[in-house]
Amino acid sequence: MAWFRKEKKPRQPKGPRLEIPADVWEKCEACGHTDIRENFNKTHNVCPVCDYHRRIRAIDYINILLDDGSIEETESDLKSVDPLGFPDYPGRLKKALTNAGDSDAIITASGTMEKMPVNLGVMDFAFMGGSMGSVVGEKIARLGQRSLEKKFPLIIISASGGARMQEGVLSLMQMAKTSAVLSQLAERRIPYVSILTNPTTGGVSASYAMLGDAILAEPGAVIGFAGPRVIKQTLGQDLPEGFQTAEFLLDHGMVDSVVHRGQLKQTVGQLLRHMSGKPAATGWASS
Amino acid sequence: MGTSALEFEKPLVEVEKQIEELRSMAAEREINVDAEIAPLETKLGELRASIYKNLTPIQRVQVARSPRRPFTLDYIRLAFTDWIELHGDRAYRDDPAIVGGWARIDGETIMVIGQQRGRDTKENLHRNFGMPHPEGYRKALRLMKLAEKFHVPVVTCIDTPGAWAGLGAEERGQSEAIARNLLEMSQLTVPIIATVIGEGGSGGALALGVADRVLMLQNAVYSVITVEGCAAILWKDGKSPEMREKAASALKITAQDLLELRIIDEIIPEPPGGAHANQEVTAAAVGEALLRNLDELRRLKPDKLVRRRREKYLRMGQFEE
Ligand SMILES: [Zn+2]
Repeated sequence: MAWFRKEKKPRQPKGPRLEIPADVWEKCEACGHTDIRENFNKTHNVCPVCDYHRRIRAIDYINILLDDGSIEETESDLKSVDPLGFPDYPGRLKKALTNAGDSDAIITASGTMEKMPVNLGVMDFAFMGGSMGSVVGEKIARLGQRSLEKKFPLIIISASGGARMQEGVLSLMQMAKTSAVLSQLAERRIPYVSILTNPTTGGVSASYAMLGDAILAEPGAVIGFAGPRVIKQTLGQDLPEGFQTAEFLLDHGMVDSVVHRGQLKQTVGQLLRHMSGKPAATGWASS
Repeated sequence: MGTSALEFEKPLVEVEKQIEELRSMAAEREINVDAEIAPLETKLGELRASIYKNLTPIQRVQVARSPRRPFTLDYIRLAFTDWIELHGDRAYRDDPAIVGGWARIDGETIMVIGQQRGRDTKENLHRNFGMPHPEGYRKALRLMKLAEKFHVPVVTCIDTPGAWAGLGAEERGQSEAIARNLLEMSQLTVPIIATVIGEGGSGGALALGVADRVLMLQNAVYSVITVEGCAAILWKDGKSPEMREKAASALKITAQDLLELRIIDEIIPEPPGGAHANQEVTAAAVGEALLRNLDELRRLKPDKLVRRRREKYLRMGQFEE
């Protein structure tokens, strides 16, 4: 039930260090491979040696999936408030706004993907651990509403420790709210693709993340209801190797496919064309 | 009440002990002590009422979790008739942490589903402390769809510390099972009334809690995370009474808080001393509230019912723009 993680420091702190030249060295967190940042960026921050999918920001996913020049951020003026008067919440929010940007834990956007109009929501783990409060729920609800109105497919990329406890039961209710929107999309046969990245746990995994018409996961992503630490505690022993990874979920029938970040756009495109009666993309028809 | 009394109930235990002693003495000596007992019982009643009138959030957590409180099966026994339990999810196994089946209220058939806790260790091992596995939620969904098929309203009782966090639960898709219930409950074409009777623990509670009306017993609690979990994560201390109390207050988990936040629709009063002080009176109050709400909901056409339910959830949340 510990759906929450403390917010982590963002990978790129603001301030003068942002001015670092692009040829700075970076190191793969998994195998220690060292390369210049530009090379990591070329592979969408997938390690060229061990294939580890490093954490990237919401805006990076938007740039990976949506066609250049088509991107328009939506619902950008929604801001979190402190409805319960929760200790330290305004302070934590302020810190997150400074360190992770002003889009809260999800950026929503409209655009085209392989020329198909889509609505895309991408969670940002850098903002309070990607925790879902009222703003995340409302942004998804409005994005879903846009999909309903225009019949555009919906795509959500999740990265979250779960519901934001500082908004109490209001956060819990965002699970019901987002699921209610998805039921409307289902009723109107509008495709919804859910993409799970590291980590997707708690209230997010137990609502929209697990309700996709197709559910894809990035290699190695930790996905589950309870966080690994909580299960370890109830179990009183170490967890089996690979437990709660994307590959484990694939084995257990919980996701449709584990997809490499480099293949993400064309995979989602292929799925959406199948689910919306569109012809195959050129180059894919014969392959 | 004896050994299972909560800390703040200790003054009640004292008076109860005096009454008990008088009674046994009277029986021994064959004398009448009614005149002596009467004022003590008045005192007990007043003391109980005053203690229970001003319970703090953390005390309500203790009351909500008390093994003496009426459970789902107690309400089924006391508030409904013609109960027949239905078992299993038709895919894996029957989860005893959730019970469900047909029953009647005022002669009309309803589908009752709820988490079931245990009173003692043996029962709790069987019921897994009311913490369901995915198959429990899938059984619940099967029964809801069954009720929908026959145009029968669904009544749920929420009473769980949370969904089970364990290997099997993860392997079999705890997240998917909960998510599926949220989606299906938001489009079920029959009335749904959820009642939080004890502890409403996060997603594991909400998986039975998407409803046209959400009722809550006066001393029940409903939270996004346990007070212990919240204190442990935010303040690195889930054990000390001070931190647990701080979390219980901060999270706004009492029926009154949640009514003000418009998360719930109605508070069902408990007798002085809590639901366990008089199970029959409590069950009667629950039955009355259910019947009244059912009467209202039965008048709505299915599409209007679903539209209103979805709109209710779409409004939830507080933000600035
Ligand atoms: Zn590597």
